[in-house]
Amino acid sequence: MIAASMRRRLLLSTLIAFVLQVVPLPVWVAAARPPFAVLVVLFWSLIAPRIGGVGLGFAVGLALDVYRGVVFGQHALALGFVAYVAIRQHLIIRNKPMFEQTVFVALLLLACEAITWAIDGFTGNTTGGWLRWLPVLTGPLLWPLTASWQAAENRARR
Amino acid sequence: MNNPATSRNILQRGTPAGLRFFGYALLALALMWIDQRSGWLNSTRFALQAIAYPLQMALASPANAWQWTRETFEQRATLQQQNAALRARIRELELLALRRADLERENRELRDLRLAAADVAERWLTARVIAEEINLLRQRYTVDRGAMHGVFKGQAVISGGGLVGQALRVGPWSSEIILIADPEHAVPVQIARTGQRTLALGTGRAGELNLPLLPLQTDIREGDLLVTSGLGGIFPAGYPVATVRSVRRDGGSPLAQVQATSVARLDRDRVVAFLWFRVTHPAAPAAASSAAESRVMP
Repeated sequence: MIAASMRRRLLLSTLIAFVLQVVPLPVWVAAARPPFAVLVVLFWSLIAPRIGGVGLGFAVGLALDVYRGVVFGQHALALGFVAYVAIRQHLIIRNKPMFEQTVFVALLLLACEAITWAIDGFTGNTTGGWLRWLPVLTGPLLWPLTASWQAAENRARR
Repeated sequence: MNNPATSRNILQRGTPAGLRFFGYALLALALMWIDQRSGWLNSTRFALQAIAYPLQMALASPANAWQWTRETFEQRATLQQQNAALRARIRELELLALRRADLERENRELRDLRLAAADVAERWLTARVIAEEINLLRQRYTVDRGAMHGVFKGQAVISGGGLVGQALRVGPWSSEIILIADPEHAVPVQIARTGQRTLALGTGRAGELNLPLLPLQTDIREGDLLVTSGLGGIFPAGYPVATVRSVRRDGGSPLAQVQATSVARLDRDRVVAFLWFRVTHPAAPAAASSAAESRVMP
């Protein structure tokens, strides 16, 4: 079935993104590492909101919380929020030109980082310097690369 | 296509996304609240850490494999050079050991203390670093030893060079170590030359520490060695922590601005050691275990 194969691709791509997100890298590369996990959640929320949904964001976020050992629910809340906004707007956004999509993605990445930043602050953890926001800049640079993938998924759905 | 999973039928959507998000958000907030307020989730964390362990091992393996390959194929000349250096080092250490034995005997005689012959460290357990997180917010290692090997929370961790940090979260087979350079970590130190005590705080930059609590007139210079003071109940006294890298005295501030570099190479260590110390030894930290929680700043 179309949905089944799409679900497989979703799981596989999410797993790959998670590994890219947590694999150890040299310090300076790691600081600029694009937020792969958020990007993949955004991608599937825009392309197939009925398969992943808010739950996908929540699950990926919770996995990140566990892996990093931060307070439970921090990334889960942020990614759930991002997925929700993307799902609400998916019909509009996925038909927009790539530039507008990228701006939308950048805004959501910013929101996501802002939520984790605020929770870090509320829970009394260090909130970090400006380097923390670097992934918000590097993430949207990757988004135009998903154009052909988006096209392929859209073809598969029709 | 009337595919239920991808259908764009506006009318039959199941639970609206907004309601779902509301539910998940409540769940996330509840989790955060419980996690912050009580220890209920600690056992969950323990179990989840066990699940994450193979993944961490797998993700660290390319780096380990690369290291192994590099070490295996090192040039003969390099090896000879290393060999020579190591021989020289062994001679040096043997001399030091001789001197130390002498000092120990003298010490024993002087203090007439039955326990002085034994070192403060009673037992070691070496551990391999299987994952590291080195960034401005967190400086942590994950190592391949956990509760099953007897590691406990707040246990002091050293490496060949000096103090590394302490066990923060202990899983069954792995544990997370907070490094002394972590911005949330503070270690009670003593300037070896003068004996003045203070705190060394982590900065979030690999191997860099900050001593923000020293008055302007403090006798401290570049190159001074900082050792653990043994206060605070976590670290035994006398272990090298850092060397002072720069001292700035601004008229505008009543405090000297002192930066130090850790003795242990915090971004390069592959092997560290957990420490058990004799509680009765004079150099053992005072009031062990009770202050374990308070050392990591909230």
